[in-house]
Amino acid sequence: MASESIALRVHKSPLHVVYECVATADHKKIGLMYIVYALLFLVVMGIEAILMRIQLSHANATFLSPEVFNRLFTLHGTTGVFFVAMPILFGFGNYLVPLMIGARDMAFPRLNAFSFWMTAFGGFFLYASFFAGGGLSQAGSAPDVGWFAYAPLTSPTFSPGHSTDYWTLSLLLAGVGSIGAAVNFIATILCMRCPGMTLSRMPLLAWMNLVMGGLILVTISPLTAAQLMLMADRYIGGHFFDTAAGGSVVMWMHFFWIFGHPEVYVLIIPCFGFVSEIVPVFSRKAMFGYPAMVAASVSIGFVSLGVWAHHMFTVGMPSYGNAFFVLTTMVVAVPTGIKIFNWLATIWGGKIRFATPMLFCIGFLFQFLIAGLTGIMLATAPFDWQLSASYFVVAHFHYVIVGGILFTIFAAFYYWYPKITGRMLNETLGKWHFWIFLIGFHLTFDFMHIPGLLGMPRRVYTYEAGRGWETWNMISSIGAIFQAAGILIFVYNMIVSYFHGALAGNDPWDAWTLEWATTSPPPDYNFAGVPAVRSRRPLWDIKHPDDPDWKYE
Amino acid sequence: MAGNDTPWVLPSRGRVGMISLIIAESAIFMIFVAAYIFYIGKSLDGPTPRQVLKIPIFITVCLLSSSLTMHWAIATLRKGKTASFNVFWLITLVLGAIFLAGTGREWQHLIYQEGFTIQTNLFGTTYYSLVGLHASHVTAGLIGLTIVAILGLAGKIKREHSERCEVFALYWHFVDAVWVVVFTVVYIVGR
Repeated sequence: MASESIALRVHKSPLHVVYECVATADHKKIGLMYIVYALLFLVVMGIEAILMRIQLSHANATFLSPEVFNRLFTLHGTTGVFFVAMPILFGFGNYLVPLMIGARDMAFPRLNAFSFWMTAFGGFFLYASFFAGGGLSQAGSAPDVGWFAYAPLTSPTFSPGHSTDYWTLSLLLAGVGSIGAAVNFIATILCMRCPGMTLSRMPLLAWMNLVMGGLILVTISPLTAAQLMLMADRYIGGHFFDTAAGGSVVMWMHFFWIFGHPEVYVLIIPCFGFVSEIVPVFSRKAMFGYPAMVAASVSIGFVSLGVWAHHMFTVGMPSYGNAFFVLTTMVVAVPTGIKIFNWLATIWGGKIRFATPMLFCIGFLFQFLIAGLTGIMLATAPFDWQLSASYFVVAHFHYVIVGGILFTIFAAFYYWYPKITGRMLNETLGKWHFWIFLIGFHLTFDFMHIPGLLGMPRRVYTYEAGRGWETWNMISSIGAIFQAAGILIFVYNMIVSYFHGALAGNDPWDAWTLEWATTSPPPDYNFAGVPAVRSRRPLWDIKHPDDPDWKYE
Repeated sequence: MAGNDTPWVLPSRGRVGMISLIIAESAIFMIFVAAYIFYIGKSLDGPTPRQVLKIPIFITVCLLSSSLTMHWAIATLRKGKTASFNVFWLITLVLGAIFLAGTGREWQHLIYQEGFTIQTNLFGTTYYSLVGLHASHVTAGLIGLTIVAILGLAGKIKREHSERCEVFALYWHFVDAVWVVVFTVVYIVGR
């Protein structure tokens, strides 16, 4: 069956494939389009990062002009959050959630296609700024206001031309797409579960996507509102962020971070889902503390809504404001700690298989812990007064985004690639990818903390010699090369394995959730019959009829 | 185990989807309301709300009653009385249209008689954006209402469509509820 569907796949004409992509409302195809689209932008943002690292590798460098440097860090950040991390997670969610809950598609397939295309056009629109709106020949083509675009930098006075409009409109488009996707995830997970799949038996990945959906509803919307206000200011003479008319620029900061901080949890929570699926399978144990895991995720979701102003300690808030946001931010550590302990307890005493997905998850556990610890350091207002907007902050959030989010996304690729394509990714190349990327990650981001502590501000296009920053920056830049090499191995592995990888069969990892019950790749209708579920590990029940899980749950 | 003999019932996806959308929309409105409240009395020059705004009692009554007629429309449709459904639905549509026309007239007065626009001051910026955001939602609702009204008059809306009409009604009730907030903030607190 698996080889048969692979043979079918190869014989489609390119035109037919394009037609299918444009016209499809199938959750698996849309999921794949999200993923491919995000990988494309991952490469783009990676190239931007490399260019910036070359510029910063030594003092007084002239590789990039200050203007180009500003555009690069703006696009790197914006692309990373909106056009790499979110689409890739939507892609996996789209592909996996219906399979995992035993459904044939998402709740609203056409809304799903609409959401994808909105997000996709948002990204293309952002990069169209290079060519349109006075680009190429004139200055000021791409947005250069930073990914959080503080007012009044975005006002017509300081951002003439249309570069900022491209930024605003592209995020508005992507925001509409994200809200559509969130509505769809929530409706799918609540209303499309197969018989027996109660909320307490749902795979944790589905739970995490439910929490992510809820968070998107209340976080992306404020961003959309703020973008509408910014557009009113720029196009029709509004005064929301116009200090000359009594407007407040701090209000933009509040509105942006009311979006911006929970956004981090929008990104990391589905990644918790990946880890919670992969760690048990490769430890050969059921997930430890499932209810605690769900409760911790939901409470992280709630607490994350009340921490935004820890991005703004240096603005000069009243002391009770500072105290409030210090405390709420530190409270996040409690549910996060519960999660880390649950994963460790799952691994503890297990029969661990160190396959590539597990390696990336173990890397995640260490790195996410360190990222959390530097997070608590920065949550302390006096510490933040010293280090806000320094390279320490840059190192901290890259530790979360690369060391946490990207590592689990790699784990997810190695784990579910066989399901999606019907072929295994090459393990040897996978291990090379893991180790080289791990070395690169630690070279870049461990050492990036130090120039931050030494006072190097973020977003400077160069620095003077003799401040003690050169060596650390050089090490960070060398690490970037390792990371790029790791990514190249990964891309090569994906392409080669697509054609020549070992056949996967339905269930190569001996896993326990429903997506492994169907063929690889799954047929259009997912399951020939609607599955019925009696425990959290339906495939365990099938494989071990003498000792099923539902006897104990 | 539980669940094997009891029937497997899940919530309606239409309703869950609409409630999710309403949560997202509420968050958008919350930000605009927050901006409005924050900027009350912060305009550097006039006019002030008290000088130009009149409390729009009539259209408010119209909009709020339209929720009631919408409710009756759905209730009659559930019983299969399509004729009275059409009547109630059309009344809802007319009441909504009166509200939108009223907002339009208010804006026309403000812009052409008072010379008060979105560019005038902070009050203008926040007033037009908040009331305009709400009016755009009313407009979207009216488009939906019109489509269903046409289908209803053509005899295409039957009892089995009551679930879908109810999902749409959720949106309309939300638009009305938002007006209560906007009305309170703009015409009572802000004035």
